[in-house]
Amino acid sequence: MAFITCRDVSFAYDGATAVSGLNFKVDRGDYLCIVGENGSGKTTLLRGLLKLKQPSSGSVLTGDGLKQNEIGYLPQQTAAQRDFPASAYEVVLSGRLSSRGLLPFYSRSDKAEARENMSRLGVLNLKNRCYRELSGGQQQRVLLARALCATSKLLLLDEPAAGLDPVVRQELYREIELINGERDITVIMVSHDIESAVRYASHILHLRREQVFFGTAAEYTASAAGINFLGGSTDA
Amino acid sequence: MLETIREILSYGFIVRALVVGLLVSLCAALLGVSLVLKRYSMIGDGLSHVGFGTLAAATALHLAPLSVAIPVSVATAFLLLRISGNSKIKGDAAIALISTGSMAVGVVIISMTTGMNTDVCNYLFGSILAMSLSDVRLSVVLAIVVLVLFTFFYSKIFAVTFDDDFARATGVKSGLYNMLIALLTAVTIVLGMRMMGALLISSLTIFPALTSMRLCKKFSTVTVCSVAVSVICFLIGVFSSYVYATPTGASVVIVNIAAFILFWILKFVPWARVRRLFGAKTDLSEKGA
Repeated sequence: MAFITCRDVSFAYDGATAVSGLNFKVDRGDYLCIVGENGSGKTTLLRGLLKLKQPSSGSVLTGDGLKQNEIGYLPQQTAAQRDFPASAYEVVLSGRLSSRGLLPFYSRSDKAEARENMSRLGVLNLKNRCYRELSGGQQQRVLLARALCATSKLLLLDEPAAGLDPVVRQELYREIELINGERDITVIMVSHDIESAVRYASHILHLRREQVFFGTAAEYTASAAGINFLGGSTDA
Repeated sequence: MLETIREILSYGFIVRALVVGLLVSLCAALLGVSLVLKRYSMIGDGLSHVGFGTLAAATALHLAPLSVAIPVSVATAFLLLRISGNSKIKGDAAIALISTGSMAVGVVIISMTTGMNTDVCNYLFGSILAMSLSDVRLSVVLAIVVLVLFTFFYSKIFAVTFDDDFARATGVKSGLYNMLIALLTAVTIVLGMRMMGALLISSLTIFPALTSMRLCKKFSTVTVCSVAVSVICFLIGVFSSYVYATPTGASVVIVNIAAFILFWILKFVPWARVRRLFGAKTDLSEKGA
């Protein structure tokens, strides 16, 4: 069975449907990019996959031994966080909480894992720096390290590259590719950046308040929806 | 000065007020960090107004004030949290509604029963004479409960304060911990209210947190620093209220304002240069790190 299976799923806010007709599955090791215009229901779907929002119809099934506390999440940043007094290390360490249950304090292995994930993402030297004083790219890496502390199976990212300059953005994409390829962590990412999406992802889900396309990235670039959304720029 | 301190400590009612006040300042400072960062500062204010209404009602019905006010405030705290989570009514409007509403109820009850006398003034602006021995006992027990729960759930409180969505998405029961914060806040506010006054008590949650955030840059140091600031400001406030015969609650708030301004000025001190000037190796502030 797949990690996540969506059957005829729709989501609604106050009775108004935000996105409907979702039928797709995510297998272990996949790299799925969810693309579409603003207001097409991408973030809503992601919140649904995280069980932060209940579907108004249909069902979101998790399988293959995936538990709710084994999901890593990189949310969009809120205004409150940009102004939050916390060290990078405190933020990363909080990713270990989900595996602690009711135990109050972090164990030595939790701290070791937090440090390991920070060093893997090249932010260990920022350990004691204040989170709000880091650059946008550094903040995203810190949040990515936190997400990795929470999971060894599935990582969900909500526009991780938003607001970053092109160089930093490419670095971040490469990092995510490594996480997917080397550590065998399934990735589901909401993205605005369609070119990078088809370049790095294995699968594409295109939304326009309903499911327009679901398939592999190669199929997408050849499809009508893909050619249209890529602005006819693909010759491949 | 030592003579004055000895003199102060010879009064039983001041000692009682000091014990309750110190415990309340400590708890309020701990919870305040989370409340301020979650943008819930006004909840403390709303709760104290509700506390005023219930105290008035309890006195009119000849019931023990705290045993009525604590459960009602706790219930209101839960209600306010639920409303903040609901996008239809905005949280700040709901708080304003409930706090002014209960204030009005309290004033009407008082004027119908005892009439507008010094009691009302004491409720609003606090009185150092208000603490009985049973209040002290209750405060000690509740302060210990707040301290133990806060320490035990410290990492979870950090997680739900920093990023509620992440905590929920990764399976942490954030609703439960938000409730816990609200519950502890309600208890702390009601305990401190009669000494600090319904109109002033919420400053104990807000000021120390904001003051220490001027200088500290880690959640752990902000928490520890605001506890220290809160306790020290309280002691100075009580001392000066005795010396200058000013109301205790207001004096404590004035000292807190002074501390806030002091920390705010210290923020602009170029620590790296100061350290170089004096050749000191000790890292007193995180500023230069």
